[in-house]
Amino acid sequence: MPAALVVSDLEKRYGTTTALHGVSLEVARGELVGLLGPNGAGKSTLVKVACGLVRATAGGVEVCGAPAGSAAARASLGYLAELFRFPGWARADELLRFHQSLAGSAGGERERAELLELVGLADARGCRIEAMSKGMQQRLGLAQALIGDPPLLLLDEPTSALDPLGRRAVRALLEELRSRGTSVLLNSHLLSEVELVCDRVVIIAAGRVAAAGRPQDLARAGGVEVETAGGVRHFAAAGREDAPGIVAALVAEGEAVYGVRVLRSTLEDVYLEAVGAGSGDGGAEPIR
Amino acid sequence: MNARVAAVRTIAGFALRESLRRRVFLVVLVLSAAFLGLYALGAAQAFHDADELAIGNSFGVEPRVIVGATMLGLAMFGTLFLGAILAVFLTLGVVRGDADRGLLQPVVVRPVGRSLLLVARFLGAGTVCGAYVGALFAATVLITGVAGGWWPDRVIGPGLALAGAACVICALSLLGSVALGTTANGIAVFMVFGAGLVAGLLGQIGEALGSSTLNTVSGVATWALPFEALYQGALSSVTADTVGFTKLAIDLGPFGGAEDAGPLLWPWVLLYLAVVGLVAARGFARRDL
Repeated sequence: MPAALVVSDLEKRYGTTTALHGVSLEVARGELVGLLGPNGAGKSTLVKVACGLVRATAGGVEVCGAPAGSAAARASLGYLAELFRFPGWARADELLRFHQSLAGSAGGERERAELLELVGLADARGCRIEAMSKGMQQRLGLAQALIGDPPLLLLDEPTSALDPLGRRAVRALLEELRSRGTSVLLNSHLLSEVELVCDRVVIIAAGRVAAAGRPQDLARAGGVEVETAGGVRHFAAAGREDAPGIVAALVAEGEAVYGVRVLRSTLEDVYLEAVGAGSGDGGAEPIR
Repeated sequence: MNARVAAVRTIAGFALRESLRRRVFLVVLVLSAAFLGLYALGAAQAFHDADELAIGNSFGVEPRVIVGATMLGLAMFGTLFLGAILAVFLTLGVVRGDADRGLLQPVVVRPVGRSLLLVARFLGAGTVCGAYVGALFAATVLITGVAGGWWPDRVIGPGLALAGAACVICALSLLGSVALGTTANGIAVFMVFGAGLVAGLLGQIGEALGSSTLNTVSGVATWALPFEALYQGALSSVTADTVGFTKLAIDLGPFGGAEDAGPLLWPWVLLYLAVVGLVAARGFARRDL
């Protein structure tokens, strides 16, 4: 079975501006990949090429084995754009019925009810879209993207208009989708969100892949901090496995040890380093 | 094939439902009723005045025919104008306008395809505008007949020609929407519409003056913008069987002197629509959204 999304040496130029310089990445079946990068890095362009909204200048994109933009590729994906609008006059259920028809979904009323329930809009079924809050519209956008149970979801900033509760609900939804075997490419600015739910992260900077890997692999060891009677002592070269030995040695030396912290760089540090901003303060966060 | 037909019906139906919900059709209905009321008043008064002028007429001119043809010509102009407004407002933002607002992207990523989306929007808008123009023309024919007892020499042909003209304007507006934003497209299509009308008037002036240059300019322009050729043909056919001084008097009037473009006009219109559709589809396919 082909991967859900394969991007190979993708290039996109808008006139004299190059948005993507030979980007390659892959989203396996059932994998949840986070796409990170600063504004203008090319993330949305990449997602739009995968959707067939934007034509590639060079390179290729395949969705479930079909060339991006083809009818087969479009039938295999669900998409939530970063900046989207639904017709304000339509009702939530009516919009989903429209998209069911376009997607060729035979799910009918049951699918619509399930999706509205899934995104927490079961009570807003007959509500006109223009009467909905931005957050509700974003959740409706998610429901729309899930019509027909596509094997690949391309979500461009799906939580930008949501409050913390809404974000948590989306995280739970993404985990639920992963458990069902749906592949997701999640384009988000929220590092903590990506770190919490994604299997892998791809960081794009200036149209190039700057870093990629599992969040825990990207995060590097930042040393060990030991709180003693004489103050906090920092062992920069040490890792988690060195902590018992360090404590034993300090105790043997007669030091009173009150606490130990294994330090690791966060995804934010990795991100800032990858995009060339640098964290500046060495901002390691303790992980107990 | 069935899936494509279903998709076309879905998209066209959704667009029409939008017009219904946004009360576009209600506004059109109310204002059209106002137009028809005004026209009925004008026609009744014009026929009444014509009867007074006819007393003592000894030139073989039939004033009721002149008034009827002129009034219906005016109504046809009004009908096409209203049809053009409807056509433009139903289609002016279909591609770039909707893409700029973020309405288009969720639809385009569905497996229906961009060309099919254009076809659906054209069929939806064309059907509405064609039916509207046809119905309005039929109403004005009826009003003219009831008010003055004058009926045009042809009814079906001119009605179809006006409906066809509205469809051509829909197609041009859709084509414009691929390249231009909503406001720019609206302005452009109305300017093209105005240019077509001016070309037709030039032809009528050329006919009256016997100027072959004006006639050539008008002929080329009306074929390039065939909604005008259809309108001219419709005007011409409402008095197709009228002859003598009466015909001469009609031709000298503001809606007389129109030329029927001949049997090649409809094939040309169909070819024109196909070419406009292909150019629009190609432009849309190449457009990054």
